[in-house]
Amino acid sequence: MSAADERPPAKRTGRKATARKTTTRKAPAGRAPTRRPDSAQAQVTRLLSMLPYLRSHPSARVSEVAALFGVSERQVVRDLQVLWFSGLPGLQMGDYIEVDMEAVEGEGIISISNADYLARPLRLHADEAVALIVALRTLAAVPGSFERGAVERAIAKLEDAAGEAAQRAASVQVQVDADAVADVAGTVRAALDSKNRLHLSYWVPARDEATERDVDPMRLVVVDGRLYLEGWCHRAESVRLFRLDRVLDVKVLDVPAEVPSQARPRDLDAGLFQPSPSDELVTFELTPPGRWVADYYPHESADELPGGGLRLRLRARDREWVRRLALRLGETGRVVEPADLAAEVTAAARAALSAYDVQ
Amino acid sequence: MSQAAKSERLMNLVICLLVARGYVPKSRIREVVGGYGDQNDDAFERMFERDKEELREVGIPIETGSFDPLGDEEPGYRIQRHEFELPEIRLEPDEAAVVGLAARVWQHTYLSEASSNAVLKLQAVGVEADTRSLGAVEPRVGGEEPAFWPLWEAVRDRRPVVFGHRKSSTSEPMLRHLQPWSVLSWHGRWYVVGLDTDRGAARMFRMSRIVDEVRPDGPDGSYEVPAPETVREAAASLAPPERSPVLHAKIRARFGSGHGLRRRATFVSSDVTTGWDELTVPYTSNQALAEELVSHGADVVALEPTELRDAVVERLRAIVAVPA
Repeated sequence: MSAADERPPAKRTGRKATARKTTTRKAPAGRAPTRRPDSAQAQVTRLLSMLPYLRSHPSARVSEVAALFGVSERQVVRDLQVLWFSGLPGLQMGDYIEVDMEAVEGEGIISISNADYLARPLRLHADEAVALIVALRTLAAVPGSFERGAVERAIAKLEDAAGEAAQRAASVQVQVDADAVADVAGTVRAALDSKNRLHLSYWVPARDEATERDVDPMRLVVVDGRLYLEGWCHRAESVRLFRLDRVLDVKVLDVPAEVPSQARPRDLDAGLFQPSPSDELVTFELTPPGRWVADYYPHESADELPGGGLRLRLRARDREWVRRLALRLGETGRVVEPADLAAEVTAAARAALSAYDVQ
Repeated sequence: MSQAAKSERLMNLVICLLVARGYVPKSRIREVVGGYGDQNDDAFERMFERDKEELREVGIPIETGSFDPLGDEEPGYRIQRHEFELPEIRLEPDEAAVVGLAARVWQHTYLSEASSNAVLKLQAVGVEADTRSLGAVEPRVGGEEPAFWPLWEAVRDRRPVVFGHRKSSTSEPMLRHLQPWSVLSWHGRWYVVGLDTDRGAARMFRMSRIVDEVRPDGPDGSYEVPAPETVREAAASLAPPERSPVLHAKIRARFGSGHGLRRRATFVSSDVTTGWDELTVPYTSNQALAEELVSHGADVVALEPTELRDAVVERLRAIVAVPA
């Protein structure tokens, strides 16, 4: 997040409430709101969900509520202190909300009463309804996802509950590249459910190698619209991601999967390619038609060149991958450093050329 | 003023407007909601305006109006319970389970928060959705492009926008005026599709090629979005084409190499004496296939058609010709 993202929403002026006419204004435009969990706005939002939760879960524990709402236990106690002062007694507008603060601070158990007027949470906001419905549709688009029926029923119920807000979900589409890999995904899913080991013939394009490996499946993930199997690879003896469209063949083995206890799912937040600082630093010079490389691969730097080109520095684990990329680029981009790698590319091109009857 | 006092005031304003029958005049609000009474007129006005704005931002439907047919009365405010409350919703255990998984799909900070908040509201009415257990299927949807959020909002609010967009092969951005209809993720990349008002036709733009800021270019709700089917058709016709292969290439590939080509080959004949296979591969463009063949170096040789062979040779020569 940049500093600009923390800018408060633009204040609107010049709008006067008009009598007789009923108006409901929606949230103002601006950057994605990033509310601190201790801002009054965030606290009120949380309380409007927390109150009905506490009614439907009598004697909830402070720790449970903190985990659910993703805040500290101290924050939950501060939230409850605000509730304690909420309500409008004596004005036919309800009573003070009762919170047993002794039980909260003693046993860590929450008990509230006199909050009947906030028995249900707030309606789903347009962004909330759309985000959840689009997420569910994406889930349903994953082949081998056997919950499709449940997903469709859940979407229908959410659409009913969210009303007009849910209609906006039609304007967001997330496509999963699934058709070509539906069979492989189905087999992987079956092995996940039966907890069996898989045997894969897997193509590694960086080396143009077909590899054979036994994999204990952990989960199916979709990243950037593509399906991957994540699992414990017995050949690599570590957790690996396998792109399903590169699986040449897959078989469920009659062997139970044994994912070692130390195996952890990869942290995908940093992206799929996580170059290591020890990888070789390679510099490409790209002409304008070669700029796509910068869109596809994580890089250390990209500097504009005169004439619309780019000088791109990236880390590569494998020289063969660099050679293949450089050959593919042809005159639209070339390796300039390291010099011996640039020479390897030229040598590879010369060797390839010798197969043709030309000079 | 402490933040707790502000939270209490906001809670009490919500309760006051929710519990009251009909519109509550501003003067009445000032009397009953703690924190307003001890402010002077100007300070109260500013405080009350800001409070309403903050509550509306989080989706609380505060309406302005009056029952007075002449409109002479000071304006009042109300929250209608049926607009405020989440309607009845019950989920079966399998439905609740997928909703729990769905809460983890968005990687975009705000949408991840929005889907978690939606699930919290469902949990508050007793839906047992577990958002923490690892699912067997875990789709992740990003939205990291800086243009993503302003365009999401523009689509949501039907707000015309203007932005600079760079075509893939040039570094000169062009200014585009767009009435956005839809945002879509296609092969893992985000696009916006809408009416390009300079061209009077539907256009699609890749978000990662939008430079600088996406700026508003007109009031919210100032255009109509075509029906969802029309938008989908427009997006499909504007998407980079996926042409079906009509040409056939003959290619020689060394044993154990060219796996990507082998997967697409319609015919393979092996010659064990030479260690090479001959493949027939359907394809659409000489240039695109030549690019792929060249990446295999000396392991793959183009045989037919001549145009393909020439394209490969030309590319290889260009590489060899560059002074080291």
